[in-house]
Amino acid sequence: MAICAALLHVLLALVLAPLLLGIINRTKALVAGRRGQPLLQTYYDLAKLLCKGAVYSRTTTWVFRMGPVVALAGLLLVLPMIPLGGVPAVVAFQGDLLLVAYLLGVARFATVLAALDTGSSFEGMGASREVQFSALAEPALILGLAAMAVQAAQALQAQPLSLTAIYAAIRPETLPQAGPVLLLVAAALAAVFLAENARIPVDDPNTHLELTMIHEVMVLDHGGPDFALIQYTAALKLWVLGTLLVGVLVPVRSGWPLVDLLAGVLGLGILAVFTGLVESTLARLRLVRVPQFLVAASVLSILALFLVLR
Amino acid sequence: MSTDAFATVHNGQALAAEECPCLPWERFRQSLLDQIAEGGRLSALFGRERDHGRLRLTAVMAHASQGALAVAACEVGDAYPALTADCPQAHWFEREIAEQWGVRPHGHPWLKPIRFQPPRRPSAPGKGESVRAPRPVCGQTDFFRMEGPEVHEVAVGPVHAGVIEPGHFRFQCHGETVHHLEISLGYQHRGIERALLTAAPQRVIHYMETAAGDTTVGHAMAHCRAVEALTHTRVPLRAQVIRGMALELERIANHVGDLGALAGDVGFLPTMSYCGRIRGDVLNMTAVLCGNRFGRGLIRPGGVAFDLDASAVEQLRQRLAAAERDVRVAVDLLWETPSVMARFDQTGVLTREVAETLGLVGVPARACGLEQDVRQDLPYGIYRFAQIPVSTCDSGDVFARAYVRWLEVQRSLAFLGEQLETLPDGPVQPADRSAILRPEPHQMVAALVEGWRGEICHVAQTGADGQLVCYKIVDPSFHNWFGLAYALRGEAVSDFPLCNKSFNLSYCGHDL
Repeated sequence: MAICAALLHVLLALVLAPLLLGIINRTKALVAGRRGQPLLQTYYDLAKLLCKGAVYSRTTTWVFRMGPVVALAGLLLVLPMIPLGGVPAVVAFQGDLLLVAYLLGVARFATVLAALDTGSSFEGMGASREVQFSALAEPALILGLAAMAVQAAQALQAQPLSLTAIYAAIRPETLPQAGPVLLLVAAALAAVFLAENARIPVDDPNTHLELTMIHEVMVLDHGGPDFALIQYTAALKLWVLGTLLVGVLVPVRSGWPLVDLLAGVLGLGILAVFTGLVESTLARLRLVRVPQFLVAASVLSILALFLVLR
Repeated sequence: MSTDAFATVHNGQALAAEECPCLPWERFRQSLLDQIAEGGRLSALFGRERDHGRLRLTAVMAHASQGALAVAACEVGDAYPALTADCPQAHWFEREIAEQWGVRPHGHPWLKPIRFQPPRRPSAPGKGESVRAPRPVCGQTDFFRMEGPEVHEVAVGPVHAGVIEPGHFRFQCHGETVHHLEISLGYQHRGIERALLTAAPQRVIHYMETAAGDTTVGHAMAHCRAVEALTHTRVPLRAQVIRGMALELERIANHVGDLGALAGDVGFLPTMSYCGRIRGDVLNMTAVLCGNRFGRGLIRPGGVAFDLDASAVEQLRQRLAAAERDVRVAVDLLWETPSVMARFDQTGVLTREVAETLGLVGVPARACGLEQDVRQDLPYGIYRFAQIPVSTCDSGDVFARAYVRWLEVQRSLAFLGEQLETLPDGPVQPADRSAILRPEPHQMVAALVEGWRGEICHVAQTGADGQLVCYKIVDPSFHNWFGLAYALRGEAVSDFPLCNKSFNLSYCGHDL
């Protein structure tokens, strides 16, 4: 039963991830008093891009073409290792949280290499920003997960180092005691979620101004199917990091995997709406302020770790 | 008085060509520098070829303290010592003169083409007639470069990601910091000034209305004031009021659009969306005046082409109230949102001294605390009777430029409200329309108008038969582009779009 739910989660992620982007965009449109694009616009875009041919600059090499494929492969490997709240991951083992973090790193590394391969000054600038900011976001993610792992270890009297076990240990009855730690970690994960998915206040996914972009500027030279892969990868990343956050914020552990799954997916939908609201009410940070934002997230994670270790 | 050597005239007052003194170079230069030291500003400096192959430079100085203009000319040959070294306000003008007429301002520190247009005369006198320089290509010049292992160059444009006009920007960056920005324009050069001299009279006004499409009313008004001065036409009061209303509506529409775009550049969606709509509402009010959202076809020499009836006045009154309500809500959101203010404050700072030295005009100058507004300093038309206070702010940053826009929007709205209440009766065209077609011979006039970007200066000169022999258009962008480049020094490259938007300069108005 549990494995069925786990497989179903992977399937849902593959199908529904682009919908999250649609929900975010629709929320932003409604807040701004516009009707907005269709909820399924990302699917239409993907279909359109897949039907196109690709143009490759003569200055690029196989590294450029490899980027989108490796990035998507990284995310596809991560997906079966991610539990959605009480729904276990398809694959779980000791230390999978580190593998998840570094598979995300591999995906980013491939994108950055592809950007640098174009030799464009824009893409070089974007690559430098992406690397700088993700280097600061990574500690927040890993230390936050570490705090949750220690919390789970105390609750379970064991040494769980797999995401499934860590997230399974979050139960409604443990909340009074674990609550403060989980809130701190959730705040840190929320910052990582916004930063890694190129959302406001860190990046602006809707801007056309190359000089201000972080993530988008790295993929300016990709077109057609390559760009479709990039868009799809971005949607999956949104789902994966969203899942890590929702797993903390929605402590539904009913014992019925399907109910947990439904709660988790609903949670992701609400997270998308919330992201849209954040983007509607905040301006972007000045680029030099972004490191402070991310370091603050790391500090929250460290604080959580201190709280559980005290 | 240092203006003694120059002839003093009022804004939009014609003077006989021989009354404009032609000074020896040293006197011309010294008087010009003295006037600038006393707070005068160079509004226009341009060349005109004389019969004997020499070039006649004419300078128009604006003196806010005296409410008057000072004009004088000076003849130069192949080369002359550049003014720019002592007077940075002349920088862009001297580059333009060098490019158009092939004369060399010796000692000019930055002598590069500004529009990449072919010279107006085949070759400089004395060099032989046969040599024809190859047609310059836009954007091909020796750009300033910084050297160093960690320095990188970022080139943006001329084709941009947004639907905007073409222009090329070169940044010399160290990491995220811009050390130097060079702006290369000219992609929109259409040769308007030259075409005017031979154009059929009925086409001229259309050239003016499209010199900078978003400043249709401003340029058309400056041109009509020049023509009216040359023909000694009196514009009826009702027409003056309608012109003023059109000019202020243009200002409101563009400022509101800019405030929305500034919000969009920092990713603040509510104000961006609201202001985009409200700008449309204001443009529609201009359409009530004349049937065109940009005011095309409204302003004609002698007056305005369309009168307002009672129902239009009532409609305008209602729409004005609605726009005022909406825009206040939308724009106040900006000032109340800390994340927006964090982006606006201390971004792209220009000091008052720099603004003065470079001779900036309009919103960027007022945002540095300079009280400078043609409507106040050299009043014309309705502004002689209905004053609009000058809106200034001291900090010289993006916030100041945004806030000056907001102050001007409010004051223009108040002005419109007053004018609608007290609209005088009478005709909107002079009784005798035929005089408009016959400019007097050997006259010269400088007409200044405060467009929404800043000071618009049109200088016209007629020949023996009353035909135009020289027409100079100075768009406010011409004064301000270098200010933008200067504001970027030491800024983060990612803040360039925001700074650029806070200036919002015209490419076609510059390139002409």
